[in-house]
Amino acid sequence: MATTVIETTPPHLKPFVPSPVPATVQTYGSSIWGWITTTDHKKIGTLYLFTALFFFLIGGIEAEIIRAQLGGPNRHLVSAETYNQIFTMHGTTMIFLAIMPLSAAFFNFVIPLQIGARDVAFPRLNAFSYWIYLLGGLFISIPILFGHAPNAGWFGYAPLTTKAYSPGVNVDFWVVGLQILGISSLAAGFNFITTIINLRSPGMSLMRMPVFTWMAFIVQFMIVLAFPVITVALFFLLMDRFFGTQFYEVASGGDPLLWQHLFWIFGHPEVYILVLPAFGLVSEVVPTFSKKPLFGYPVMVYSGILIGFLGFGVWAHHMFAVGMGPIADSVFGVTTMLIAIPTGVKIFNWIGTIAQGQFKATSASLFAVGLVCLFTIGGISGVMHSSPPADLQQTDSYFIVAHFHYVLFGGSIMGIFAGIYFYFPKMFGRIMDEKLGKAHFWLTFVAMNLTFFPMHFSGMLGMPRRIYTYDAGQGWDAFNQTSTWGAYLLFVASLIFMYNFFKSLKSGRPAGPNPWGAGTLEWTIPSPPPPYNFAALPNVTSRYPLWEGKQADIDSARINQQGGKSAEELGIVLPYNTVKPALSALFLVLMFSGLIVGHWLIFAGAAAMVLALYAWLTSPLEPEHH
Amino acid sequence: MSTATVSHHYSSTGLDNRKIAIWAFIGSECMLFVSLISTYLIYKDRSVVGPYPHTPWTDPSTGHVYHAILNIPVTSASTFILLMSSLAMVLALSAVENKGKPQRNLGERILGNSKLWLFMTALLGLGFLGCQAYEFTSFVNEGLTIKTNLFGSTFFTLTGFHGAHVTAGVIWILSMLFIDIKRGLGPSDALNVDIMALYWHFVDVVWVAIFTLVYLIR
Amino acid sequence: MDHSNEADVVAADEHGAGSEHTGPGWSVYWKVAVVLTLITIGEVWVYYIPAFVASRLFLPTLLTMSAVKFVIVVMFYMHLKYDHKLFRTLFTGPLIVATATLFALLFLFGHLRLGHGG
Repeated sequence: MATTVIETTPPHLKPFVPSPVPATVQTYGSSIWGWITTTDHKKIGTLYLFTALFFFLIGGIEAEIIRAQLGGPNRHLVSAETYNQIFTMHGTTMIFLAIMPLSAAFFNFVIPLQIGARDVAFPRLNAFSYWIYLLGGLFISIPILFGHAPNAGWFGYAPLTTKAYSPGVNVDFWVVGLQILGISSLAAGFNFITTIINLRSPGMSLMRMPVFTWMAFIVQFMIVLAFPVITVALFFLLMDRFFGTQFYEVASGGDPLLWQHLFWIFGHPEVYILVLPAFGLVSEVVPTFSKKPLFGYPVMVYSGILIGFLGFGVWAHHMFAVGMGPIADSVFGVTTMLIAIPTGVKIFNWIGTIAQGQFKATSASLFAVGLVCLFTIGGISGVMHSSPPADLQQTDSYFIVAHFHYVLFGGSIMGIFAGIYFYFPKMFGRIMDEKLGKAHFWLTFVAMNLTFFPMHFSGMLGMPRRIYTYDAGQGWDAFNQTSTWGAYLLFVASLIFMYNFFKSLKSGRPAGPNPWGAGTLEWTIPSPPPPYNFAALPNVTSRYPLWEGKQADIDSARINQQGGKSAEELGIVLPYNTVKPALSALFLVLMFSGLIVGHWLIFAGAAAMVLALYAWLTSPLEPEHH
Repeated sequence: MSTATVSHHYSSTGLDNRKIAIWAFIGSECMLFVSLISTYLIYKDRSVVGPYPHTPWTDPSTGHVYHAILNIPVTSASTFILLMSSLAMVLALSAVENKGKPQRNLGERILGNSKLWLFMTALLGLGFLGCQAYEFTSFVNEGLTIKTNLFGSTFFTLTGFHGAHVTAGVIWILSMLFIDIKRGLGPSDALNVDIMALYWHFVDVVWVAIFTLVYLIR
Repeated sequence: MDHSNEADVVAADEHGAGSEHTGPGWSVYWKVAVVLTLITIGEVWVYYIPAFVASRLFLPTLLTMSAVKFVIVVMFYMHLKYDHKLFRTLFTGPLIVATATLFALLFLFGHLRLGHGG
């Protein structure tokens, strides 16, 4: 072994020398069957990424149709009914089929690598989560091709969604589809909670974990606590629609607010579920490209935990206009204002990191800074909604649409793009084109503001949400026109991204283990990582092993960087490939489909699923070893 | 060191993955049952028509008199049965953990018989389900279905979810009993039995809440 | 080589699994069963006392009794008292969120008599 020099200058202050690049780029190879039977978190993460990007495109097309329809007064590009389907599916697709799975792609790929693990705690359950997502996503998306898409908003308020007011099959697809998709998230939640608690490499205490893993950890708890509530709300609606129960029947004494409360008890934590992973990604990108550790790590962690808890205490701010009474309005107004504090604190931590470091503008870091700017704007409008009297004007207007697009596009999507540019080399062994990346960023940043900033104004001037057209002369025309042009530009930007993504997959510049000079464990292994991730489980002594680590960290990195050895050569046992998770997912979805197709399918699907589960539970995860 | 089965893998806490997962699952189930219970309580006394849980009702259109639907004596018995099933479960786990230790008298031989206690747990669980089945069918015969009113919808959904959880638990226990009969369960299986037991006790504890909030509180 | 780190580290074996050496034994189990039975009898007993049912003590008493049953099953049968602190955290967090949600909903729908909810 070569003599090792103990580093005395903190590595992050030294000039950056890219890590050595291998001669050939490792690819995943393998057949379609290999992908269907995989239990490898890296491949599952890749599957999530591709599928989610596909649905992001679909949701984007739906947005373009919306904007085309609203670009001028009294247009009739689509009928009112079609418009209802389009905006419902836009929201449903973006939230459940694009943003959450994009986050899941990073949870899957990055978490085990960041904590020094070989895989997640339950690899087969992990695969199951993906297949449920894919099949559930198709289940809820295909009906639009036949004009039967869900059409009552992504939030499906009852009694509108009861059989009396929505007699068609559209809402059936929505209720059953969401029920299916919830299972995917719940299963993954239990998986990642266990993984993060129990599979951290020696020395990696909770307060040494990278912030992305921390944010992901908090999100998993939010998922497992919030999704049961929407499961119950959906179950009630399902029972009302299919079996004639009275949950949402006003004539029988049912309360029209029951759905809203149950939905938003889920729905509010859901928006933090949507944004915290992006915060986590930015918390990795910003320090890397500032060449300094994140400013205020403990504060970032504690504020995240606080958001996790407080997120369950603000839901009725979505209902300030329903007449809950002064006590409820005041309490939820206050809690909503309070939650702005831990959220805002993070902004300062990122700014502090950049200010004290040596910032380098790359595609990834630009998108991260984009989040900091745009989410702040979204946060400001959010705080404006937190006052019940002010919200009485803002609610149900385009002012709200502006707010949530600033936080979801300006927040979640910008953060996710930062993450994609950042982790693309680690996932695929190649670097995305920086010129195209920067073009993508600037066009997106400008177009995003063009699209959504005018909505603050049209909203303030009274333009309601979810209308399919409007009369001229109300002062809304110019704003809508601008938004529409902005949206077209956004689409062009997304095409640039897609082109860059696929081109770089084929011919991007090859990447070594650490093309960015980052400091955490995932950058100590080859790009892409070997199936077993770490040749030797690292002993961790700091938050940034590659920057602040002691000799042990450096030695681990040296061993793990080399790659080239197979699992067998290293004596590492990997789980079997198996089709049982995919089969179980298929039968589960068929079982649920029986509610719409015919009750015989419920029983057939359930029976098949039980058999598949039994086979799964009685077969070993991996070969015997000692 | 550790024998045959699973999980002699590395772990940060020294604890087993599946035990951590089941507790996370139980936490999640708290939210599930709280949503169901909350809805029941929200809709308490809001049904426009009867039958009602604790008070009689005369149907104005038919003149038929419905007595208070809930049957406290039967449900008290089923509650007791379920509580005792938790005792049996705890003894089953103990028996599995201590398998192989010397049993010095009849008492210890009985306590140490895992098959007996697994069987008793399943039997008591089935007893509970039998009481539920009796209860549900008698309610339907007396004119309360899941569609009748808010009480019917919320009651049958809440107790139905709970009953489904009990049923899944009974199947789990019977499978474990089957394995015990086939190859015998020993200390290396203690974790699996423990996880099953945690699930079972949780289902029992949910019933403790339901019994009070639905049956006893008027 | 890959096991060299792991050998120094605590491996999960049966020690983590159960509570055989630190857990409760048969004597605790049957005592808990007796307490559960007695409390259940008590709950049903007071249900049949109309004067008590009508009084303001009925609700708090019943809630307390079932809370005690809940706690002793969780502490002793689910041996949360004897297990690693992690499980206590994993359970109480969600329990707090769930209980707070329950009370909030009861208030919002007008079932708690402090001010009105709706």
